[in-house]
Amino acid sequence: MARNPQLNKHGELQHLLTTEGLPRDVITRILDTAEPFAGVAEREVKKVPLLRGKSVFNLFFENSTRTRTTFEIAAKRLSADVINLNISTSSTNKGETLLDTVDNLAAMQADMFVVRHASSGAPYLIAQHLEATGRDHIHVVNAGDGRHAHPTQGLLDMYTIRHYKRDFTQLSVAIVGDILHSRVARSQIHALTTLGVPDLRAIAPKTLLPHDIERLGCRVYNDMREGLRGVDVVMMLRLQNERMQGSLLPSAQEYFKFFGLTEDKLAVAKPDAIVLHPGPMNRGVEIDSAVADGRQAVILPQVTFGIAVRMAVMAMLAGGNA
Amino acid sequence: MSLPDAEELLADLAAQMRPQVTPDTALVGLRTGGVWLAQRLHALLGLSQPAGSLDVSFYRDDYAKRGLSRDTRASSLPFDVEGRHLILVDDVLHTGRTIRAALNELFDYGRPAKVELAVLIDRGGRQLPVAPTYCATRLEPPAGTRVKLAQDGERLALRLQQEQE
Repeated sequence: MARNPQLNKHGELQHLLTTEGLPRDVITRILDTAEPFAGVAEREVKKVPLLRGKSVFNLFFENSTRTRTTFEIAAKRLSADVINLNISTSSTNKGETLLDTVDNLAAMQADMFVVRHASSGAPYLIAQHLEATGRDHIHVVNAGDGRHAHPTQGLLDMYTIRHYKRDFTQLSVAIVGDILHSRVARSQIHALTTLGVPDLRAIAPKTLLPHDIERLGCRVYNDMREGLRGVDVVMMLRLQNERMQGSLLPSAQEYFKFFGLTEDKLAVAKPDAIVLHPGPMNRGVEIDSAVADGRQAVILPQVTFGIAVRMAVMAMLAGGNA
Repeated sequence: MSLPDAEELLADLAAQMRPQVTPDTALVGLRTGGVWLAQRLHALLGLSQPAGSLDVSFYRDDYAKRGLSRDTRASSLPFDVEGRHLILVDDVLHTGRTIRAALNELFDYGRPAKVELAVLIDRGGRQLPVAPTYCATRLEPPAGTRVKLAQDGERLALRLQQEQE
């Protein structure tokens, strides 16, 4: 069997590319490690010196102010130097290849690349290239690639669920929305099944579901009330506006009527069910304001936990290399 | 070799500290043995501030070599550090590197008025200029072994372990 490209020969995290195939004890260890990092922000000095002197390069080939900012904050709270490269407006426009860009930045003594790319597999390509050229002291974190994966988002969602619900093996979890185009959904599904969630549901119109969704371990519901009945956790996805322009959906209003999360639809879930959303939210499209601001929403805690989870991932990658 | 009784050492340490503490003094135990000691000393000395605990994993100087420890826990200082008399508490003082890390972490919570160090055992072998303020005994374990504090029901006990590589 081929070696898991994310793990080194000791079974430790070398890169974080996807939650798919990530062993349960590695996921659990990331979540455990994030717990003490969550307290760092409460102190007088919101920083620890673990990554002092390390250079973290945020390579964003696709724009995302929010994700880039959370990685930047996480790296800075670890005392790393952070260099942000917004490459969509830079050298690739001048014709440079992805790996030439990487080689140039590696020559500037990079220790870690945080990569966001519109093409699935770009972070994996970079990780492979670094290893093939003997630079395995440089680590890669996937910050979202194409429709493939967004592992830190998936992991921060796991942290959030564990924070409120403790035991994954007792939970009913529903993922709602545009699962077809969502790298977030894929990362959530792989993590949830690895952590042993026995009842995982995918709720979406047929046009927004991948054809192999059941193979991933999800039960499919096309009716929202049916799918939400009795669940402990509701994970909403962002509906990307550009989907409306194709023939996949009639209109935002129509979508909201059937798949928007309202208090009325949420009422069939367990009374203590929590509602997650990766942000940015489209109020009135996939989620109603009354729910987004309601007592069951844990959307802002997700953001706070996200910093701690990203700190944990970076700290686990960068240590133990000397 | 026979090890001294940890409970006797603890009573001796408390006796040394008693004249120097005020009700507002706060103890800060270093995980894990130091945390048990700090809890016992807190009761013996009748302090009003709850005892704090430090896990110095984020401040250790061997992170680049060994990575992050598997069972890192959150530090907890449930009092205001600013302007306070603090006493770091640990079971065994050896190289002094843990104390260096602890001092660095403490100052990220504020500026204490005074920081002292209380240890049950000073085993020598210092690699940094660190000295205990209060120390119950000096003891040098045989080469290749280390002394560890253990909980034996309600009581504390010392154990000799093989040094891990």
